[in-house]
Amino acid sequence: MIKVEGLTRTYGAYTAVDDVTFTCEPGRVTGFLGPNGAGKSTTMRIIVGLTPPTSGRATIKGVDYHDLPNPGRMVGVLLDASAQHGGRTGREILTLGALTMGLPMSRVDEMLRLVSLSPSEAKRRVKNYSLGMKQRLGIAHALLGDPEILILDEPANGLDPAGIRWMRGLLKSYADRGGTVLLSSHLLHEVELIADEMILIGRGKILAQGDRAALLAHNTAAVETLATSLDNDALAAALTAKGIGVVPAGEGLRITAEAVEVGRTALEHQIVLTDLRSGDGGLEELFLQLTADTQREGVVA
Amino acid sequence: MTTVAQAENQTPAARPATSGIPFTRLLQVEFRKSYDTRSSFWLLFAIGAIVLVAELIAAIVTAVNDVDDVDFGTFAAVAGFVTQLLLPVLGIMVVTSEWTQRTAMVTFALEPRRARVIWAKLGVGLVWTAFTVVFALVMGVIFNLLYGAISGNTAWSGGAGVVGFVITQAVAMLIGFAFAALTLSTPAAIVIYFAYLFAVPTVLGIGSALMDWFDSFAQWINFSEAQQPLYDGFWSMSGGEWGKLIVSGLLWLALPLALGLRRIMRAEVK
Repeated sequence: MIKVEGLTRTYGAYTAVDDVTFTCEPGRVTGFLGPNGAGKSTTMRIIVGLTPPTSGRATIKGVDYHDLPNPGRMVGVLLDASAQHGGRTGREILTLGALTMGLPMSRVDEMLRLVSLSPSEAKRRVKNYSLGMKQRLGIAHALLGDPEILILDEPANGLDPAGIRWMRGLLKSYADRGGTVLLSSHLLHEVELIADEMILIGRGKILAQGDRAALLAHNTAAVETLATSLDNDALAAALTAKGIGVVPAGEGLRITAEAVEVGRTALEHQIVLTDLRSGDGGLEELFLQLTADTQREGVVA
Repeated sequence: MTTVAQAENQTPAARPATSGIPFTRLLQVEFRKSYDTRSSFWLLFAIGAIVLVAELIAAIVTAVNDVDDVDFGTFAAVAGFVTQLLLPVLGIMVVTSEWTQRTAMVTFALEPRRARVIWAKLGVGLVWTAFTVVFALVMGVIFNLLYGAISGNTAWSGGAGVVGFVITQAVAMLIGFAFAALTLSTPAAIVIYFAYLFAVPTVLGIGSALMDWFDSFAQWINFSEAQQPLYDGFWSMSGGEWGKLIVSGLLWLALPLALGLRRIMRAEVK
């Protein structure tokens, strides 16, 4: 379990992390989501003791990271896959990790197999690795000590679609076996699929947190449904009569109501629906809304 | 995902607490890190090769010129001059490679008690210094024998400074190490070391020549000068010589090392 309480880190007048509080529970994947420079990496560095906090506290199972006797056996950390000596081979990097943690050398081969790095790739120097390979090596390094907590900063960065899918399965089964996972990303779709719990952060502050349902409840105004029917005009008229907002959208209609309400209306007026789904704006809308004032691009229309 | 299940069939949450990382293991890891990259390997190789070449040149030059007073000490001094330039570079690289390659993020995540890692690195520097000193002395013996075979005159005098030789070599490495901890930058640490080795004694010498009062003061801060008596005989040094050695050593070695350690302990690693 990771517990972060009132964490703040300032650099002169700039506040990188501003009074951040959250908990990562065992058996769950917690997604740390925010635009670039929101304070995700700084928070993670503070948790593993690489950056001293200005105030507040972060603990691992109630203990300060500095007081963990052999932290690699408890917490698997991947903060930057490129932060490795380019002159070492992938195998050498894992060997050094295994030596430090006091693990048998067989563990190195196990991890290489787990992340699908072939023996010939493992013999290559890391400076010749692609970002995706570095990322796989980093994940292998994080899992080396068979930790019960994983802290991964943008682990999907550089992985190909198959790799991202593989990692999703890996983290899911890890959490299902009781592991705690904290992973960050600036891509909603990446996190949405794996995270049980999401923490939205922007400009160092937590904007919202909770599971998918809780986050969406946060955002009732944005409930939208997309519907297409054989008679869109009649459907639009019927919905408007009920006081529901309707706008044409492409082939169909964008309706400000739950899907169930649209379906019921269609049934009442015997209109055949050909497509009915909730507007996928949901979380993305919320994410953009919450981070709108922290986005570099300004408001995304 | 069958591989995942096979490799990780243990429940992550159910493992006994592990004990801390013993210092010997840190030492072992840091030692391995000091030679497992191409650059670090070639630095070590270069130290050995340059010592060998320097001894060879010294043997040829003395034999050709028919110098009389060649003894074991001559060859040890040649090796010592070379290693005094190269060992600090080793001491510097041991520290700075963690920062230039950003591996400190991994190292300090695995052992958050950073001082232990730094002490292990310092230990590794001393181990390599010991190897280098032994190598230099063996080279001294071999070339002294070779010289003797050629000139028919083998002299084993000049060995009295061996203890001093070992100390000064270790000190040279440690100063490089301290400057590296202070600057966390290879070029900066190398420049400061060479400034200390060549520029500082010259400047102090000029000051002493111009001002009488400065001379007595300079003796207390000129560390390289203060190490000279070590060569003449570690056991016969006077109290004053010890005093100057310790005071100048505090200034050039202990102070930068303490400040550097403090810096590393507090630094944000990213």
